[in-house]
Amino acid sequence: MPGPAPDERMRPKGRRNTQGIRVDPEAEVTHEPRQAVLSALVKHRPGVLSEVSALFSRRQFNIESLTVGPTVDEDTARMTILIEEPEPGIDQAKKQLRKLVPVISVRELEGEAVRRELALVKVSGEKPDDVNAVADMYDGQAVDASTDSVTVEITGSKQKIDAAIEAFKQFDVQEIVRTGAAALERGPKTLEKDV
Amino acid sequence: MSERASVPKEEDETEPETEPEPVTTGAQSVIRALENAGTDYVFGVQGGAIMPVYDALYDSDINHVTMAHEQGASHAADAYGIVTGDPGVCFATSGPGATNLVTGIADANMDSDPVIALTGQVPTEFVGNDAFQETDTVGITQPITKESYFAADSDTVGDNVSEAFALADAGRQGPTLVDLPKDVTQGETEVEPGAPETPETYEVPEEADDENVQEAAEALAEADRPVILSGGGVIKANASSALREFAKEYEIPVITTMPGIGSFPEDHELSLEWAGMHGTGYANMAITNTDCMLAIGTRFDDRLTGGVDSFAPDAEVIHVDIDPAEISKNVYADYPLIGDARNVLRQLFDAMPRAPDADEWRDQCQAWKSEYPMDYDTPDDEPLKPQYVVERFSDVTPDDTIVCTGVGQHQMWASQFWEYTEPRTWVSSHGLGTMGYGVPAAIGAKLAAPDQEVVCFDGDGSFLMTVQGLSVAVREQLDITYVVLNNEAVGMVRQWQDGFYEGRRMASEYPWIPQFDKLAEAFGARGFTLESYENVEETIQEARDYDGPSVIDAHIDPGENVFPMVPSGGDNGLFALNEDHLEML
Ligand SMILES: Cc1ncc(C[n+]2csc(CCOP(=O)(O)OP(=O)(O)O)c2C)c(N)n1
Repeated sequence: MPGPAPDERMRPKGRRNTQGIRVDPEAEVTHEPRQAVLSALVKHRPGVLSEVSALFSRRQFNIESLTVGPTVDEDTARMTILIEEPEPGIDQAKKQLRKLVPVISVRELEGEAVRRELALVKVSGEKPDDVNAVADMYDGQAVDASTDSVTVEITGSKQKIDAAIEAFKQFDVQEIVRTGAAALERGPKTLEKDV
Repeated sequence: MSERASVPKEEDETEPETEPEPVTTGAQSVIRALENAGTDYVFGVQGGAIMPVYDALYDSDINHVTMAHEQGASHAADAYGIVTGDPGVCFATSGPGATNLVTGIADANMDSDPVIALTGQVPTEFVGNDAFQETDTVGITQPITKESYFAADSDTVGDNVSEAFALADAGRQGPTLVDLPKDVTQGETEVEPGAPETPETYEVPEEADDENVQEAAEALAEADRPVILSGGGVIKANASSALREFAKEYEIPVITTMPGIGSFPEDHELSLEWAGMHGTGYANMAITNTDCMLAIGTRFDDRLTGGVDSFAPDAEVIHVDIDPAEISKNVYADYPLIGDARNVLRQLFDAMPRAPDADEWRDQCQAWKSEYPMDYDTPDDEPLKPQYVVERFSDVTPDDTIVCTGVGQHQMWASQFWEYTEPRTWVSSHGLGTMGYGVPAAIGAKLAAPDQEVVCFDGDGSFLMTVQGLSVAVREQLDITYVVLNNEAVGMVRQWQDGFYEGRRMASEYPWIPQFDKLAEAFGARGFTLESYENVEETIQEARDYDGPSVIDAHIDPGENVFPMVPSGGDNGLFALNEDHLEML
């Protein structure tokens, strides 16, 4: 005696979205991607960077930028990771990062955190005075000059650097290098003291 | 059982325990770390870069089982870990030895099984030079372990192994690896390894927050249609008895996941057996219609959930897990309870204000059991049905019999038609779905539980992938019954081709497979053939009676398919009971 066929079976009215969240059919929640700044304190040892970056690629999280460098404690390094993901993805990224053995602590920095990026822009050396004038507008300074080229250093927010690079385009940009963001929380909070 | 063959040992093995000799090399420190952690067995294969470690093993009481292939070493260690609950250990040399372990490590990682892999590596000065038998083992295995260590120093290599051991076992279990350069293991050291301890950055939550537990308990008590979904984590946390007490006290129907098989007795009235792609119709009906699910130690794998949009769509989910990253990963948890399953079940037990008022729901679940029974046709003139073989075997064996499998249709029949009542009696490859798991897994399981009966249901395709392991079972005289449910095909693939690829059976039929009974005899095992219903019981009995490995080549109906079935990504409530239903979906 086989039971009822598929379409004749008891079933409830509910539904979930693709993120596994129960939805009210009237007001479905969808999470739009947003940018998150994750700051992680990690053991300073070989392989950590590959472990962290492999985690992001394996889980298909899109990294906007990732910077890493030593801290005052020579055994630890600090990473600043910018990702753009819907809320559940950001939450997963934090939890997955915390799972890695060399990761000491992870925090998402709040919107008003201090965020800086550095760019070096090499442009044609034909109009050095004009280049200097544009650099001044963006608080930048020339760090190298030759007859053929001028290299300017700019630090600041991503937007400021984007704008500066746009402005330098008039001088025939020859080469650019950007670091990606480094960030710290404002106020007395630190990753070591308050996690 | 362990081989130290030709050269007789100077001391008598039975002499009273004496203080161990101090270590003098990195390799001895490695072995000492394993001894300190209580290792009884190591599964492995020799080789150049791992030789110093094997040489140190010569003087140890740890038993070494030489495997016929490193993949088998990692699966045997995996099964050993599942059955005992303690990490299983495998050894391989560098390069091809290490890469052969990879499948078993990935398998252990997907199923959260505790495994420690120790691999030889070329001497440090050659690392990175593409030296003979060099591979970047840490790089290859990092994404599939809890942590892979590169041992850089003879003085600390023992601590690396101790830590790897502790880490494999701590919190959510899983595999760890230590890569051992030859100069590091050969190098002199007097440093004894420390006790097994996890790294200080690794924190394991023990108990869930009391307030959260209270809220979850109240939600569950309020439910009209409650279910418990018990995953593999319940078994790993040794929480099966706590689960039984909880479910019986509050009379809540229990569904298991496939890795959770054995966490709740399938012969109990409250059991709906397991849910998912090939789970029972009644489990899938209950999972679809529940309004409150207490999910414990499950990662909501897609073979369980089908499409998440239709998974338990009305249910508030209480999710108990020791790994915070599992919470709301696939299915949103309304009540996350992070902690050890056994502790959290005790907390919940105490926090429940009352049992849910669910008489009607329980009756409904029983009604589904009779509407959608696990069934198959057995007209006598048909070729032998695989389900019949599994059922007859289950009938005659003790409750604590351990069942191992390969991957495919036979695995599903072995999970559907065997009645599981005890934890750690179902040993299978779930997350990775590794064909070839069965032969070596049965070896690991038998050594882990020599007093329990071990049977392995395998497919002809899966069996062929690791059949060389039979030589190990014969050498170790392991009393294992292998049953090859032989359909001369990679049947699960053929089933999908028939269902979803218009019957275009590309590369799925194997009419050239060997005679498995003769193959068994060639290895020195006993071989049997089963072709009809007549001698099923008798053959099973003879194979069980034989004191050593035996292989029953059961020629089953090649047309038999696995049902119920939820098509991939489908809706659990719309499982098909036969081909016609599949066409309706
Ligand atoms: C190592 C590996 N290769 C390929 C597959 C894909 N696969 C899944 S099930 C299956 C068929 C298994 O055939 P068999 O072992 O004969 O078992 P049956 O389905 O016939 O019972 C295959 C090929 C797999 N799971 N593992």
